[in-house]
Amino acid sequence: MIEKRDVTLTINGTTHRVHVESRRTLVDVIRDDCGLTGTHAGCEHGVCGSCTVILDDTPVRACLMFAVQAEGHRIRTVEGLAEGDVLHPLQRAFMAHHGLQCGFCTPGFLMLATSVLERDPHIGDEELIDLLASNLCRCTGYQNIIKAVRAAAQEMRSRG
Amino acid sequence: MSVREPGQPDDTDVADARLYRVGKPCITWHIDWAREGFGTPSSMKPAPFRYHVPKSVDEAVALLAQLAPDDGRVLAGGQSLVPAMAFRLARPAHLIDINGIATLERLAADGSALTIGACVRHAAFHRPVADGPLGRLLASVVRHIAHYPIRTRGTFCGSLAHADPASEWCLVAATLGAEIAATSARGTRRIAAKDFFTGIMTTALADEELLAEARLPLLPAGTRFGFQEFNRRAGDFAIAMALAVYRVEDGVIADPRIGVGGAESCPRRLAEAERILKGQAPRGDLFRAAAGAAAAAIDPIEDPATPAEYRREVVAAVTRQALERAAP
Repeated sequence: MIEKRDVTLTINGTTHRVHVESRRTLVDVIRDDCGLTGTHAGCEHGVCGSCTVILDDTPVRACLMFAVQAEGHRIRTVEGLAEGDVLHPLQRAFMAHHGLQCGFCTPGFLMLATSVLERDPHIGDEELIDLLASNLCRCTGYQNIIKAVRAAAQEMRSRG
Repeated sequence: MSVREPGQPDDTDVADARLYRVGKPCITWHIDWAREGFGTPSSMKPAPFRYHVPKSVDEAVALLAQLAPDDGRVLAGGQSLVPAMAFRLARPAHLIDINGIATLERLAADGSALTIGACVRHAAFHRPVADGPLGRLLASVVRHIAHYPIRTRGTFCGSLAHADPASEWCLVAATLGAEIAATSARGTRRIAAKDFFTGIMTTALADEELLAEARLPLLPAGTRFGFQEFNRRAGDFAIAMALAVYRVEDGVIADPRIGVGGAESCPRRLAEAERILKGQAPRGDLFRAAAGAAAAAIDPIEDPATPAEYRREVVAAVTRQALERAAP
């Protein structure tokens, strides 16, 4: 018997009530049931980081948890970064520094970098590079992603 | 292909068991599949299961007693189990999610040991969680475990229960002599790390037992440690790793502990290397001799990318480097 459950997810401050199988991963439910297709499903076994979302202020792989487990937690996805028409400093920096090419990995990198910079906008280069190694990008060679995150960090620091 | 039942030792071959691993690049999985004839994965979606959310340890072990015979399994961080389910290598009929049990989040040191509850995540160890050398040791090792977004979910105790040969925490547990609490509806038994790891991804834990907590002995002030791991990509599984822990008293090495992981089916201390170090002044040639003894003592596992003799040489290198890192 396939078990379905009522699940209430809070994504970018909005409540989504869905009725899903327990086996559905968080990334699939965010995309297919909540309609937020900014979060990408890549390898679906925790390696690539495309599906990275922020769960209660920490970055997680949304393919490695079930949607039923996310009930009662605050979820943030790439759709929640911009404020109205004003892009988040990281989004602008990725554009300015060519931190993306095909763009598939970008939402995952943005959410990873957002959580990292919110925790510590003064993060050192060595630690930053180590953290950005969590996600895979097959286009940029990472250098422009690192430049973009550094630039955004500077802007976020100057804003306080 | 066969899939290991939880807690049930079997003769599952190395390649089969290795497919449980998260973090392995897709391409190598597919090479394994092609070589081992497992066919191509037709789906990346877990098979159906029934989901249970106990609110207490009593409730969890009652559920385990009832559901373990029907292929019920514990879900903690899920960073190894969920990928195994995505590949349909694991198809548990029931998942018992322990993430909501507050008492399993305990992380506290008493006079002699650090207690780590089943829901303590890897990321908790980024900053020292105990005074003295143990907290620093754990903080230095944790950075080698996968990547940060995995460390925010994966748990220390989950790593022990999963018992991957290349698990850093399993090596720490074996080297420092952890004590593992296995709780079932019948009560709790405590298992020494040396008796806990019994094979590749196989432990002394029974199907209906929950690994409720692990206890690591605190290290006396002045204890020195060095950890060294070798892999081809940051965050990937270690080909071999070593943890060296000792004190220097009156100029000579006291209480040496040399643990090697990733090289055999289970991490373990190597008495052959420890004997060479004990009572001797720490110095380069002694470290090389101990590293050579460690390499000679192991029975290396082999996979298509890593021949056994290559792994043995890596053991010699990482053991020497771990000893040098620990040196005054």
